[in-house]
Amino acid sequence: MGVAKEDVESALTSALKPSHLEVIDTSGGCGARFEIEIVSEQFEGKRLLERHRLVNGALAEQMNHIHALSIKKALTPSQWNPQQ
Amino acid sequence: SFRCFSALSPEMRSTLDKVVKSHKVVLFMKGTKDFPQCGFSNTVVQLLNSLNVPFETLNILENEILRQGLKEYSNWPTFPQLYIDGEFFGGCDITVEAYKNGQLQELLEKALCS
Repeated sequence: MGVAKEDVESALTSALKPSHLEVIDTSGGCGARFEIEIVSEQFEGKRLLERHRLVNGALAEQMNHIHALSIKKALTPSQWNPQQ
Repeated sequence: SFRCFSALSPEMRSTLDKVVKSHKVVLFMKGTKDFPQCGFSNTVVQLLNSLNVPFETLNILENEILRQGLKEYSNWPTFPQLYIDGEFFGGCDITVEAYKNGQLQELLEKALCS
């Protein structure tokens, strides 16, 4: 039993108030494998390990059912804008 | 949500303290460095191989208690888990990112020379 992409999105949205969020279900629909790009002010002043911990923490409940999670980007708004 | 019990006993914590300090680079992974059993674990093995650093691997698939205890010890929910110089460095994504920007090599050189 997997997790819906929408569950991942809403958990991340309520915990981290992202200004940009992209959740990609790479499982082919079974909901057990996701890639994430997230931009949040809450990452300001934190190194990558701490940013990933915040993401993992926001998804603590879902993680029990997620088989593979890849955090492709965890950026602050100022790091994200120049990439546009 | 909350946990009803802890998989990490004080004994396991002190054992893990010793294990992560037993070598400069320790990788807890699915499978072994010769036979990785997951793409993410394989990626980290290949990166470490390409940097030509000596490292120890422990197969968490062989020990469910170790697997659960490590999640709490590292405060990290998934595997692989890379330790450098006794400190948790990160999982696959963090290791790949640090490899790309050169920080992994820098840190490993520092660790291996210390």
